[in-house]
Amino acid sequence: MIRVTEKTFDPGAELNAFQAAHTEAGALVSFTGIVRSKPDDPISALILECYPELAENELATIRQTAIERFSLIDAAIIHRHGRLVPGETIMMVLALAPHRRAAFDGAQFLMDYLKTDAPFWKQEETATGLRWVEAKPEDDDARARWAR
Amino acid sequence: MKVLYFAWLRERLNRASDEVSPPPEVVTLADLVAWLRAQDEVLDHAMTNPAIFKLSRDARIVPWDTPIDGAREIAILPPMTGG
Repeated sequence: MIRVTEKTFDPGAELNAFQAAHTEAGALVSFTGIVRSKPDDPISALILECYPELAENELATIRQTAIERFSLIDAAIIHRHGRLVPGETIMMVLALAPHRRAAFDGAQFLMDYLKTDAPFWKQEETATGLRWVEAKPEDDDARARWAR
Repeated sequence: MKVLYFAWLRERLNRASDEVSPPPEVVTLADLVAWLRAQDEVLDHAMTNPAIFKLSRDARIVPWDTPIDGAREIAILPPMTGG
C-alpha cells in the first residue's frame, strides 16, 4: 500500500490494520517520522512540498523493490505533504516478513531509498521566516550501502 | 512540453513551470537542461552544480541521457528531503 496524502493519519491504527491483514507474518517493523522542534532552534511548522504523481510512482517502485529483495510478505509507505506542526506524523513505513531480519532490513531499505528518491521537500517555518531543509550527504551514503 | 520546477528552484525562478518547444537538436533531457539554462540566467545560476539534480520524464525519474522524444512533462528536481 502506498498513500501520498495531505490528511493526518493515525500510525497506531495503520499498523494494527496492516498486521491484521496478514496472519502468515511473524515479524512487523515500522518506522514513524515525526515533526520535531528543537528547544534551541524551534520551528512552528514543517511545510512539505510534493510532486504527487512522481511520489506515487517512485514509492511504488521502492516498495516493490524492497518486497522482492527481502522476500517481504507486504510493505506499506504513507507520506504526508502540506503544513504539519511539531508532534505530527510526517510519514510511516511498514515491513512485514516471516522473520525479524528481513522485516528490519526491509524497513531500513524503504527509509534509505525514500530519503533520496521520493520527491518531497521540507521547509521549516520559524519566527524569522521560512527556510529550506538541506539534503544530507549521509542520506546518500545510507542509500549507497544497499547498492550491489 | 511542460517543464516543472520544485522547492527552492521554483522559488528562485519565481514560477512553477514553463511551457516549452525545444528545437530538434535538443534530443535528451541533458540537452533540454542545457537549452533551458542558455535561455535563463537565473536557472543557469541555480544549476551551477547540475549533478545534485534529478530529472523526471512523465512522472518517472530517469537518467539525464534519456530522450525527450514524445515527453509531455519534464521536471527538474532539487535534492529531496522527505522522510
